[in-house]
Amino acid sequence: MSIDTLRLTAEEAMGLLERKEVSGRELHDAYRAAIDARDGELHAFLWVQDEPDRGGVPIAIKDVISTKGVPTTAGSKILEGYVPVFDATVTARCKAAGLSLLGKTNTDEFAMGSSTENSAYGPTHNPWDPTRVPGGSGGGSAAAVSAGLAPWALGSDTGGSIKQPAALCGIVGLRPTYGTVSRYGVVAFASSLDQVGPTTKTVRDCALLYGIISGRDENDSTTVDVPKVDLPTAEDLKGVRIGVPRELNEAEGIEPGVRNAVRAAIDRAAALGAEIGECSLPRSVDYGLACYYLIAPAEASSNLARYDGVRYGLRAEGADFREMVMNTRRAGFGDEPKRRIMLGTYALSSGYYDAYYAKAQKVRTVIKREHDAVFENFDLIVSPTSPTVAFELGAKTADPLAMYLNDLLTIPSCMAGLPGLSIPCGLSAGLPVGLQLVGPQFGENTLFKVGHALERALEFDFVPERLR
Amino acid sequence: MSGVDSTEPRGAGWQPVIGLEIHVALKTRTKMFCRCANGSGGEPNTQTCPVCLAFPGALPVANRRAIEECIKLGIALDCTIAERAVFHRKNYFYPDLPKAYQISQYDEPLCSDGSLVVPTAHGDVTIGIVRAHLEEDAAKNVHVAASGRIHGATATLVDFNRGGTPLVEIVTTPDIHDAETAKRFLHLLRQTVVELGLSDAELEKGSMRFDVNVSVRPEGSDELRTRTELKNMNSFNFAAKGIEREIARQIQIYESGGEVQQETLHFVPGDEESPPMRSKEEAQDYRYFPEPDLVPVHPPQETVERLRGEIGELPGARIRRIADTLSFYDADVLVTGGLDRLWSDVVDAGADEKEAANVLANQFVAAGVDPDSVAPGELAKLVCARAEIPRAVFDEALAKVGEDGFSAGPYLAQKAVADASELDPVIDRVLEANPGQVEQYRGGKQGLIGFFVGAVMKETGGKADPRVVNERVRAKLDG
Repeated sequence: MSIDTLRLTAEEAMGLLERKEVSGRELHDAYRAAIDARDGELHAFLWVQDEPDRGGVPIAIKDVISTKGVPTTAGSKILEGYVPVFDATVTARCKAAGLSLLGKTNTDEFAMGSSTENSAYGPTHNPWDPTRVPGGSGGGSAAAVSAGLAPWALGSDTGGSIKQPAALCGIVGLRPTYGTVSRYGVVAFASSLDQVGPTTKTVRDCALLYGIISGRDENDSTTVDVPKVDLPTAEDLKGVRIGVPRELNEAEGIEPGVRNAVRAAIDRAAALGAEIGECSLPRSVDYGLACYYLIAPAEASSNLARYDGVRYGLRAEGADFREMVMNTRRAGFGDEPKRRIMLGTYALSSGYYDAYYAKAQKVRTVIKREHDAVFENFDLIVSPTSPTVAFELGAKTADPLAMYLNDLLTIPSCMAGLPGLSIPCGLSAGLPVGLQLVGPQFGENTLFKVGHALERALEFDFVPERLR
Repeated sequence: MSGVDSTEPRGAGWQPVIGLEIHVALKTRTKMFCRCANGSGGEPNTQTCPVCLAFPGALPVANRRAIEECIKLGIALDCTIAERAVFHRKNYFYPDLPKAYQISQYDEPLCSDGSLVVPTAHGDVTIGIVRAHLEEDAAKNVHVAASGRIHGATATLVDFNRGGTPLVEIVTTPDIHDAETAKRFLHLLRQTVVELGLSDAELEKGSMRFDVNVSVRPEGSDELRTRTELKNMNSFNFAAKGIEREIARQIQIYESGGEVQQETLHFVPGDEESPPMRSKEEAQDYRYFPEPDLVPVHPPQETVERLRGEIGELPGARIRRIADTLSFYDADVLVTGGLDRLWSDVVDAGADEKEAANVLANQFVAAGVDPDSVAPGELAKLVCARAEIPRAVFDEALAKVGEDGFSAGPYLAQKAVADASELDPVIDRVLEANPGQVEQYRGGKQGLIGFFVGAVMKETGGKADPRVVNERVRAKLDG
C-alpha cells in the first residue's frame, strides 16, 4: 500500500503495523523516501539511518540526545565525530517500546537558539515556507514531523525549544513537567530547565510518546514517579476552567494575526463548554526572560566546560594543556555558546553571584508561586506560544536580544517547571500560529484532554499548504 | 632557618595558629556518583563509565552509603548533622577533572560545627571541626618524562580509575597552637576513621591526605595574620617538623621587620630533606553554585540515630580511660596504633598491664603482626614468660604469634639456661681463653663485664639467661 507520510499519524502507523497492513521496513522506507525527496531543501536531519533497527514505528531524535553507536553532535563542531557508547534513557525507552531510530535532527548548537540558525551544520528551513525559520532550537524535529519526514520526534526544551518550533511549523509539542522525563544522556544546556518531550502531529500521538518516555529513572536523581498517562478522547470542555493571563496575551510584540488566531481558539474553547476567565502573571512576564538569561547561561557555562578536547570530540593543538583547551574551545564553539558561556561565567563570578545568579533563583521562586496562585482558580492557562509566526532566515541573527524575545511567552512556565503544550490554532498570513496551554505540575493529562478537544474542534490541517 | 630543634623554646611572645584540612578516601564498594568499582589500582582507565568520564549527558547519582559514612564520621566528631545538605559545583579546568567541575559541598555541608577532644600529656585539648563534607576525588595525572613531574613533561596521561572516589573533607578551626597537638589530632582522627570502617586512611597510598595552614601572631592577640599552606607531607612526623620549621621561619620574618607572603609550600612526598617548592596562591574563582543534577540530601532522623548506635567507644575516650591505668604515652601509642583492644584482652588473659603495653608498643609493632590475627591467650603466655626465655626465641615467637594455630608452648619450653651447674663450665672456659681481659677487669675496668657476658651468651647460642650469667661472671671475677 502507499503510505502518505504527510498525513499519517504515529497512532495510525501503529494501527497499520498491528494489523500487519504494512511492515516496519515499508514504513521506514516510506520515510526514507520522503527524506530523500524533501530534506535536501529543509535540512531537518543531521544523520539518517539506512536500515531500520527495530520493527516498530520510526522516530526521529534531536541531536542533543545520545544514541549509542550513532553520532550525537548537539549541532556543534566541538562534538563532530563523537559517537556515544550509551543510549540516553529516553532513547533506550523508545527502543524498548519497539520504535525504530530514523535519524538525528538538526538543532541550534547545544540547543541555544530560537531558529535553528545557530546549528554549526547549517540551518533548517520551515516546511510551510523554506525562506523562513522552523523555530528553535528543535527546528529539525519540528520540520521533520511537519514535512512528513518522520511520524514523530523527540525534542528538548529549556526555554521553549519544543513548543516554539511546534508552533512555527503547525504541529504539536509538549514540554513536560520538570522531572517527569529523564535527562540522562541528554547533552546538557541548563540542567535545572532542560526537559525532553514529544514533537508530533496530534495531541494523542503526543500523549502516546510521553507515556513511553516519562517516569522515574534511577540514573537521573531529579526524576519522579509520574501519574498514569490517559489517552484523550473527550471532545467537549465542560467544567474546564481556562485562565487567560493578561500579560502573556497582551505583551508588546505579539503580532495581530497571532492574537486573532489565539482569541478565536479561546472563543472555540468557550463554545465547547470551558469557563474562561482573565488572570494575571505580572512578575513572571516582567522578570521571566531576564531571570532565564542569568540561570540558563550560568548552568551552561559549567555544563559546557567538559568540552576540553581531552576525551572526545574536537581537539585543537596547543603547546600545553591550557593552550590546547583554549584553542579547542575557540575552534569548536560557535558564537552563541561563547556568548552564553561568557554571560554565565560572569553571573557566577565572585562578587556578582548574589546580585545575579542568587537573585535570579529567588525571582524564580516568585514566578513559581505566582503560577501556583493562578492554578488555584484555573485548570490551565492559555496564550500564544510565540509572539510571531515563522520569520525569515537571517532576520534576527544579527540581534541576539530580538531572538531572545521570541521565547518571552514560553519562558515563564519553563522557569516554574510547569508543563506546556503547543497546538496549532490557525494561520496568520498563511503561516501557522501556536496556542500554548500551560498546566500545573503533573497536569499533562489535563493538557492532553483540552488540547485534543480543541484540536478536533479547530480542524487545523497540519500538512503545509505547499506540500498538499 | 632549617634545623630548628622542636624541643627548643620558640621565639618568645609569638603564638602559632594552625588549621588542618584533611581528605579521607572512603572505601565504599562503588564511586561517589556512579556505579564503577571504587578503589583505584587496576589497569589504567578500566574502572570508568560515561559518568566518571563526563561524557555528554551523563548524570551523577549520589552514593547513599557514602552519605551515611560521612554522617557517621560527623557524629563521631560531634558535629551537627544537617537536616538538608546540598552538593555544589566547584568549577575549574584541569586534565584530571573531566567535567571541569568537582561536585563538592559549599555552604550547606552534611556535617558542621563539631569538635574532637585530643588527649595529651598535659590534659585534653579540644579542636573545633568547622565541617565534614562529601566530595569526589579527581583522576590521576601521570606526567610522561624522566622526572615524573609536570615540569619538562612531554605529555600528560590521565588515569580516571581514581576519579570519583568518595572523599570526606574535614576542616578544623584554626585553634591548634603547636605542631605536637596537630600531630596528635591527625593520629587520633586517622584512628577514628579506621575504626569506624570508613577508610584505610593510608598516607602512603593517598587514602588520607592533609594540608596545613600556618600563621603566627603576637601572644595574647586574637588577630589572624597571613597564613601559608603546607601540602604533600605524607607522614605525621614529617608534618610536625614542617610545621615547626614554618613557625620559626614566620617568627624570624616578623622579628626582622618583614611580612609573611601568602603562598603554598609543596613538599616532596617522602623526602623530608628537600626544601618545599613555593608557589603564589592564585586567587581562584571557583564559581560555586548548587549542583542542579542532584537533589538536596535530607538525612532521615532514624538513619542518623541508627548510625549513632553503630559507633562504639571512640579512640579519644579510650586513651583517657587507659591513661588512668598506664601512662598517657602508653595509652596513646596503644590506641592510635590500634593495639588497645588486644592489650586489654592480653591483660585479661593474665599478663601484666605495663609489661603487655611495652611488648605491644615495641617488639610487637616491630614484628609487623596484624593485631586482629592474634590469639590473646597465647600472646599473654609469651608476655608472662618474657624474662625467662631467650630474646631471640621471644622475638621469633612474636613474629609468628599471628599465624593460624600459633601455640606459645614450644617457645616457652626453650626457657633460658639459668642453672649455674650448666653455666659455670662455660664461664670458666671463657675466662681462661681471655686472660688479658680478666687482668684488665681486675685492674678496675668494670665495663668489661659486658664483654664476658656477651661471650658466654655466644657460646650458649643465646640460650643462657643473661641475668644469671652476669651474676655468675661477677662472682667468679670478684671472688
